[in-house]
Amino acid sequence: MIPLSHYLILGAILFALSVTGIFLNRKNLILLLMCIELMLLAVNMNFIAFSHYLGDLAGQIFVFFILTVAAAEAAIGLAILVLVFRNRQTINVQDLDEMKG
Amino acid sequence: MSFEQFLFYFFSAILVGSAVAMITVRNPVHAALFLVLAFFTSAAHWIMLEAEFLGILLVLVYVGAVMVLFLFVVMMLDINVARVREGFVRLLPVGLVVAVGMMVVMAMVVGARVFQVESPGRADADYSNTEAIGQLLYTEYVYPFEIAAVILLVAIIAAIVLTLRRRPDSLYMDPAEQIKVQRKDRVRLIKMEAEKK
Repeated sequence: MIPLSHYLILGAILFALSVTGIFLNRKNLILLLMCIELMLLAVNMNFIAFSHYLGDLAGQIFVFFILTVAAAEAAIGLAILVLVFRNRQTINVQDLDEMKG
Repeated sequence: MSFEQFLFYFFSAILVGSAVAMITVRNPVHAALFLVLAFFTSAAHWIMLEAEFLGILLVLVYVGAVMVLFLFVVMMLDINVARVREGFVRLLPVGLVVAVGMMVVMAMVVGARVFQVESPGRADADYSNTEAIGQLLYTEYVYPFEIAAVILLVAIIAAIVLTLRRRPDSLYMDPAEQIKVQRKDRVRLIKMEAEKK
């Protein structure tokens, strides 16, 4: 049998990898969105592992809602990305400096 | 090593490998495909954790809809791959330091004795995960469920409105204008003298 900590460590590895991905792919907006999806996957993995080992289905309900919100986020994020590309001809984060923050 | 442990390590290896490949490959299309592989192996993990409904949902919604949308956008946009990768080597040490630091902290947290829980064992053969989730979702969580529906509606409308555009140079017909047209808009009678030779 697999103890709970194995699943938690797997989730932690995935989360750390996606944070690294955000560092490495700072240029490309679309890869940043993909890294966020991977991060959500790591969180969902923890939720489901806890739900199974606790014997409580509330964790799986939470994952259901996270998936819903993540799908909405991906749709709107990609729509904004297409708009940015249409207006600027680039999705390089460093080129999007109109606001002089 | 039991068969279950073998499956766990097998799927974990593919999952971590595809995540590493996703953040390091040059081509965004390959990155999206590696993310699809990561989703598939995660679905296998979730099914091993008796979350069959969510495992299927991950494949259907994420691989079937969201990642196809990602691929669609990646292929539609003309991205300069060479420019995207500049500074990759320079940022690699920073990323590695952050990843290892985060990993150590998280391992210290989840390595604690309270998390060394053994599996509660398998459910009965006639237990239906989908049915149990449905029971909870439509009774206790029916209000959040409705809110989730509204969020999806908002996302649909926002995505359509954001990407909708009128092209001024494209020709199109307006049926309302065509119906409202009168004789005097189209025909003009002019009285004039006959021209003399």
